[in-house]
Amino acid sequence: MEYKAPIESNTGIVNVVTLGKPGGETVRIGGENTLPFHFFDDGSWPNPSVFALQILDREPPEDLPAFLYEPFKDVLHDPAKWAKKVEEFDYVDAIQLYLLSTDPADRGSAPEKAAEVTIKVAEATSLPLIIYGSGDPDKDAKVLPAVCEAVDGMNYLIGPVQKENYEVVGKAILAHGLFASAQTPMDINLLKELNVKLGHFFPLERIVIDPLSPALGYGIEYTYSLMERIKQLGEIIKDKMTQMPMIADFATEIWRSKQARENEEQGILWEAMTSLSLLTAGANILTHRHLKSMKLVKEMYESEVKQWQK
Amino acid sequence: MLVSGSQLVKLLPNKRPCRDCGFPTCFAFAMKLASGGATVDKCPHLSPETRAKIEELLIPPMKFVTIGTGGNKLEIGNEEVIYRHEKTFVHEPGIALLVSDKESDEEIQGAISRIRKLHYAWVGTMLRANLLAPYFESGDKPRFIAVVKRLRESIDLPLVIISEDAEALFAARDICADRQPLIYPITQGNIDTAIPKIKEKPTPVGVRAESVEGLVSLTTKLKASGIDDLVLDPGSKTMLEAIRDQTLIRRATLKQTFRPLGYPTMAFPCFMVRDNPLKEMLIASLYVNKYAGIIVLSNLDPNHMLPLLVQRLNIYTDPRFPMAVEEKYYEIGEPNEESPVLMTSNWALTYFVVSSAIESTKIPTFLLVQDAEGLGILTGWAAGKISGSTIAKLVKNCGIEERVKHRQLVLPGRIARISGATMEALDWKWEVTVGVREATAIGAFLPKYAKELKGKIAAGKAVPE
Ligand code: SF4
Repeated sequence: MEYKAPIESNTGIVNVVTLGKPGGETVRIGGENTLPFHFFDDGSWPNPSVFALQILDREPPEDLPAFLYEPFKDVLHDPAKWAKKVEEFDYVDAIQLYLLSTDPADRGSAPEKAAEVTIKVAEATSLPLIIYGSGDPDKDAKVLPAVCEAVDGMNYLIGPVQKENYEVVGKAILAHGLFASAQTPMDINLLKELNVKLGHFFPLERIVIDPLSPALGYGIEYTYSLMERIKQLGEIIKDKMTQMPMIADFATEIWRSKQARENEEQGILWEAMTSLSLLTAGANILTHRHLKSMKLVKEMYESEVKQWQK
Repeated sequence: MLVSGSQLVKLLPNKRPCRDCGFPTCFAFAMKLASGGATVDKCPHLSPETRAKIEELLIPPMKFVTIGTGGNKLEIGNEEVIYRHEKTFVHEPGIALLVSDKESDEEIQGAISRIRKLHYAWVGTMLRANLLAPYFESGDKPRFIAVVKRLRESIDLPLVIISEDAEALFAARDICADRQPLIYPITQGNIDTAIPKIKEKPTPVGVRAESVEGLVSLTTKLKASGIDDLVLDPGSKTMLEAIRDQTLIRRATLKQTFRPLGYPTMAFPCFMVRDNPLKEMLIASLYVNKYAGIIVLSNLDPNHMLPLLVQRLNIYTDPRFPMAVEEKYYEIGEPNEESPVLMTSNWALTYFVVSSAIESTKIPTFLLVQDAEGLGILTGWAAGKISGSTIAKLVKNCGIEERVKHRQLVLPGRIARISGATMEALDWKWEVTVGVREATAIGAFLPKYAKELKGKIAAGKAVPE
């Protein structure tokens, strides 16, 4: 029997999104028509996936392990200094600013305060920002529009946009020239439905899909398979509602787990394995909380990506 | 692709459905054949050629291989899909510990006791590594044989015998052939002398080439000699080569039914990465996702193994059946008769998230888990699996009433609307509090609630009149 390598090619292309303020550093994601790491197939993955380090709008809650924020321990009270410090680590591509303090279950801080912190962070760093509200749909409907106004024209990614607040948040994002991270709870139909609804007034090319990313051991297999499907539907079936790049936002989820918190090396691997899995499933952006876990995955990824881009 | 009934029916003598096979039509017989419920010899009207052709079509595209014997044997192969959402992955890869014969006797004893001790309880299952891989590195054959003998005698795990020296390989095989070890590697360089030796005492064989294509002539030759329990190593050196080689083998197997590559595979993070244990574990985790049947590691550091074993469990979970945990009350921390009682559904994901949120509050708590056939809270309620009366039944039957002296129950915020019905179904003997909608809010809710509960108990108001 003669072997003929089963090489494949797809015709659907994932939308390209470029994030970052004018004059600052930018990252470009999407544009692929191959499945993740399938450099042996016909097609390309022109823009490597991007690693974002998460910072908070307040000092970290005390129940988080100290090792998690070791490199930043002197600046944790000041999000702008924290963001500035992130730039010292050149393997970080972007910053995720998580507005934890706005959460009604946290401090419930006001939208104006969130906007104020955001603008300070935006001024402090030239890295692209991914700005996430607390996830409380009602609160985000107030916080995110204020934040959008503060970073008008800066091409940042704003989320999570959810089915409960997509109209008000989506309109603010659009009005200020930003990008929307559309979040639905791990379900292909729900995410398509949200994109369809957004699509009535919001350009599809400005959407990034956030299918929710639980940690290893807490449901990662759902998102792993969902991301594989989203990428395949976009590239093979050319479904316009799944042709957006994807964000794997597990930074917060990982460190809720006891297994990540109880021991640093185990925690690093917990986050790194989650990241690598979702990278192989097709994520275009990955959010980390631990600098070392990011370095580990990023270095492996970069050294290999270079081979295939030559 | 597995063969379908409609493919098979074309080969049957459709002219005269005679029912000699015991089925009403040829088509019904074909469907049964495809699903494995009947054998081809039941139809007496087939030419020997057609029968052979059907038998060939019915062979699963990927060979099923068993390594080891007894309760700890490893079964791999028989996979049917490239992506788990197409159906499910079936046989979890074996995780093997490399044991070099250059290590001292104490080190080897340490490795044995480590793999023996290494197991983690994880919601109803026990996670553990499953193979030992003695590795001939010392150049001293008697030493290697002694190490293999020692492993064989001290622990009942399947062995993967690794030796570039064929003589040492077969000598080691000879002392444990009855335990069905996998012997590795058979290569272009040793295949001709190896074939007669393999046939002396047949055991599974690991085949190595420098590329996927290079494997084809080797497996073809082995198969022609009647050696068919094979595991493939395409010689991948990097992460990208690993994904390429594993993907091409899986595609050729399933999409082209290309038999020379229709075998499970093995992978060697222990040789691909040197002196970077975390990176080695990441490569191993990649191989869990990407199709390996056996993954050989240089070390089993307890801090590194849990995430890998959990990942293996997750990826091999059947996506068609939601993972569920048992219906009962769970103790989080060490709850006593004054501890809070919360309730949730038995979808494993819900249970995990809720129990870990409770755990991080450090407040000892009873968590009642309601069987909702693996659905979440809201969908479980919508599907009628969770209602006031199901919750009442659980409360009455699970034994929680003997564990707490209060009668206070917290329902998830998402089913606030059935709190009245629940109290009614409990004959108003319990008071129901509506908790939070999201598990993430438990951290803020539970400490406050626990304090209130204590106050109620002290005031004698924790049992409804
Ligand atoms: S015995 Fe053969 S020919 Fe007769 S019905 Fe069955 S399959 Fe058809």
